[in-house]
Amino acid sequence: MADLPSKVDVAIVGGGPAGLAAATELRRLRAGRVLVIEREAEAGGVPRHCGHSPYGLREFGRPMLGPGYARALVARAEAAGAQLATGVSVTALSDGPRLTVTSEAGTGEIAARLVLLTTGIRETTRAGRMIGGTKPGGVLTTGGLQGLVYGAGLRPFRRPVILGTELVAFSAILTCRHAGIRPVAMVEPGARITARHPAGLLPRLLGIPLHLGTELAAIEGRERVEAVVLRSGGAERRLAADGVIVTGRFRPEATLSREGGLTYDPATGGPEVDEFGRTSDPAIFAAGNLLRPVETAGWCWAEGRAVARAMARALAGELPPPAARRVARAGALAWVVPQRIAGGGSPALGTLQVRAARAASGRLSLSVDGHETAARALRALPERRMLLPLPAGTGLPEVRLVAAP
Amino acid sequence: MPSEPAPPRGPFDVAIVGGGVVGCALARRFALAGAAVVLMEKAPDILDGASKGNSAILHTGFDAPPGSLEAACIAEGYREYEEIHARLGLPLIRSGALVVAWSDEQEAALPSLMEQARANGVSDVAPLTRDETLALEPNLAPSLRASFRVPREGLIDPWSAPLAYLTQAMAHGAEVLRGCAVQGGTREGDLWRLDTTRGDVSARLVINAAGLYGDLLDEALIGRRDFTIRPRRGQFVVYDKPAAALAGHILLPVPTALTKGIVVCRTAWGNLLVGPTAEEQEDRATAPLDHATLDALRAKGEEILPALAGHDVTAVYAGLRPATEEKDYRIKVHEGGSYVTVGGIRSTGLSAALGIAAHVLRLAEEAGHGWQAPNEVAWPRMRNISVAAPRDHESAGNGGIVCHCEQVTRREIEAALSGPLPARSLAGLKRRTRVTMGRCQGFHCSGPLARMTAGAFDTPMAGNG
Ligand SMILES: Cc1cc2nc3c(=O)[nH]c(=O)nc-3n(C[C@H](O)[C@H](O)[C@H](O)COP(=O)(O)OP(=O)(O)OC[C@H]3O[C@@H](n4cnc5c(N)ncnc54)[C@H](O)[C@@H]3O)c2cc1C
Ligand SMILES: Cc1cc2nc3c(=O)[nH]c(=O)nc-3n(C[C@H](O)[C@H](O)[C@H](O)COP(=O)(O)OP(=O)(O)OC[C@H]3O[C@@H](n4cnc5c(N)ncnc54)[C@H](O)[C@@H]3O)c2cc1C
Repeated sequence: MADLPSKVDVAIVGGGPAGLAAATELRRLRAGRVLVIEREAEAGGVPRHCGHSPYGLREFGRPMLGPGYARALVARAEAAGAQLATGVSVTALSDGPRLTVTSEAGTGEIAARLVLLTTGIRETTRAGRMIGGTKPGGVLTTGGLQGLVYGAGLRPFRRPVILGTELVAFSAILTCRHAGIRPVAMVEPGARITARHPAGLLPRLLGIPLHLGTELAAIEGRERVEAVVLRSGGAERRLAADGVIVTGRFRPEATLSREGGLTYDPATGGPEVDEFGRTSDPAIFAAGNLLRPVETAGWCWAEGRAVARAMARALAGELPPPAARRVARAGALAWVVPQRIAGGGSPALGTLQVRAARAASGRLSLSVDGHETAARALRALPERRMLLPLPAGTGLPEVRLVAAP
Repeated sequence: MPSEPAPPRGPFDVAIVGGGVVGCALARRFALAGAAVVLMEKAPDILDGASKGNSAILHTGFDAPPGSLEAACIAEGYREYEEIHARLGLPLIRSGALVVAWSDEQEAALPSLMEQARANGVSDVAPLTRDETLALEPNLAPSLRASFRVPREGLIDPWSAPLAYLTQAMAHGAEVLRGCAVQGGTREGDLWRLDTTRGDVSARLVINAAGLYGDLLDEALIGRRDFTIRPRRGQFVVYDKPAAALAGHILLPVPTALTKGIVVCRTAWGNLLVGPTAEEQEDRATAPLDHATLDALRAKGEEILPALAGHDVTAVYAGLRPATEEKDYRIKVHEGGSYVTVGGIRSTGLSAALGIAAHVLRLAEEAGHGWQAPNEVAWPRMRNISVAAPRDHESAGNGGIVCHCEQVTRREIEAALSGPLPARSLAGLKRRTRVTMGRCQGFHCSGPLARMTAGAFDTPMAGNG
């Protein structure tokens, strides 16, 4: 571990948009020695393998392809004086805070005054969804597909079925187009497309049949996928296909924080944070998609930058002490971030972010000690961004989604 | 494409049909006895049948029928594994097991199960009250009644172990023919001539270790079968590594006449598994998964360990037990001592394999076979991929981690793609290294892995299963 420092001011775990934005900002705020630890050979995170637009609108003011966007973020962080250690994985988090790292050179330890976790997300796999049938080759997440197509120049199949209609599924369609792959169907268990207009027009434009209200019941084939079994309205039918792309249902990459003993929120699947991005260990912060499934790169970038500012304040001893005021959640809400409120102003996460558990029309309301402080009527859909102002004062906040009768 | 007929091979002393854990252990035992061994496996790689998916428990045999051949082979197999595992670089995680009763009826059955354990020579079983059980395993659902502890039940790596047995056999001259299906054969004088998809192979002694196809192979070679294989499927769900902290012991239910029941235990790789089911099926080749059954397994797991509820499932799989109409193993010498059937190794073969091999060697010797054992024994060491010892990524020069979820290094992958028994499929590489078997199932590593394995596999990588 020759060129790795044993002690830094801030260690950032994960060199995606959130981590790189934070590194750049921390250096700009003269936070001392800032090290970004990235396990892949190149920093940049998920966008490295997303050979499509749109990235960079918020950060660079123009639409960019994923790889170019990733390189631009890396260049900015390096220009700001952050040190990037690639090919280095963080395998454990312990008190101090200290990081156990491993690389080509074996294991080592790094001590930091503060740590920022920006380890991102992954998609729920075929196994995680417990899809039935056999286990042939040719079943991939979008991330896996992009690794093969953009990363290795391969065409893993020709006529796959795409499962899911979150935004990332349209990324899968674009990746297929790039590789000359023609999906035979898009399958969505819900009653409507999850992603926002106009992405939903894409399958129709490209002539990909869309099956709403349909489950992928089973996969068939021994060596390679031969068919899938679709179930809708109690009826099953077989559809010939040579691959399956299992998209979306993102899960935070939270194993490190969970094994490190940070309080875990089963609702988001990530560590619990307060409005400064502070986890249950006040020396460890978190930002980006690790906080919740799932936001755009631009959002994660802005969040990384904002949490970096809070960390600079923490280094200077200016952050209010952590407090255990939890944001309660009621009604058809999947999750709330931040989960705790310390109070004291200048938050890094400037709004309460919530997501609906299912489609519902009704009223989203925030109350403190039982008194409503903000509310709005809305038609909530799963996976759509919904925001509320952060609760003020020192009372106990609750967010509630009351479905209209 | 028509190809040249392969030249005949042999004569060998012993031809073993089947590269499951039993065939691999047999190859080792006979090679160490000095025999010239050939092992034939029809699949592109070993461990493609019943040995592909099991619970990976090294059983003591405490619950086997006392006096059965199975009980004897498990006991002998356990002893030998314990003796040799360190020299082969194989893990043995001495977790111990708890047999947990959840009802009055089950609680009443515990004393007789402990009696049975003692009859099987497992004399260190110890009864535990409800509170004692919860003190040992605080995450167990508090509704349990009582339990007993079987201290020597353990966890092993179900793929590295057979691979080690076969590698040791190869170090003693054994030949391994993969992609080689035995289709028929005749006896000419004191030699068998086997007709295989890779040409003729001749040998003095043939051992049928064909697992789920054992009855069919008997029919093809000796024209009759003493048993019929009834594949019995077992489905599993596997939880991500943080869940492994929820249970130290192997948590066993009180067994029924049909099955050992649903087990909750850690794996040698630091995950937690819940399974297996026991479902009869006709198909010998594939073990399909069923969403509703997997859901029910999840629910069952959460009933036993309520804290499992917040944990991610990272893998699902199913295995097929080569069950027959009888419970015990079907090991029998035929054809004047020139043929041995090792069949019906149903649900304990991983534990018993070394014992089965020793038993079959004795049968062969009784039938008049004999060889000169080598003076020196080679002990090839496996690369450790379990949590029981340091991993490759912890030492320098490992080439960096390729599969982050399972922390598999470039050096480990390169080693598995070379050496005496290189992986020739993604499935084979997974079993040797665990690449892509973690929580992301290739979300992060499929690109680099595809580049590394280019040209190494018969079918190039097209994604994970
Ligand atoms: C297929 C796909 C298509 C998408 N398309 C778009 C799009 O068109 N536009 C858009 O705005 N957004 C898009 N997104 C979303 C966008 O990519 C993410 O929002 C963004 O990358 C999140 O940034 P992040 O920094 O939080 O995490 P990530 O980009 O996931 O970065 C996390 C980094 O942490 C590293 N890491 C993880 N654990 C460790 C560890 N233990 N040690 C060291 N390093 C570690 C990882 O290797 C990774 O580089 C897409 C996402 C996907 C999956
Ligand atoms: C769900 C489940 C859980 C289990 N849990 C445990 C456990 O925890 N502990 C334990 O000890 N045991 C366990 N077992 C049992 C153990 O896995 C089996 O007993 C063991 O794998 C049987 O091995 P085998 O070598 O006899 O058969 P197989 O592994 O089936 O090997 C036979 C091989 O022969 C090959 N073959 C067949 N026909 C031919 C031919 N004509 N020519 C060439 N090759 C041929 C096949 O391809 C196959 O590879 C479990 C089993 C299952 C299914």
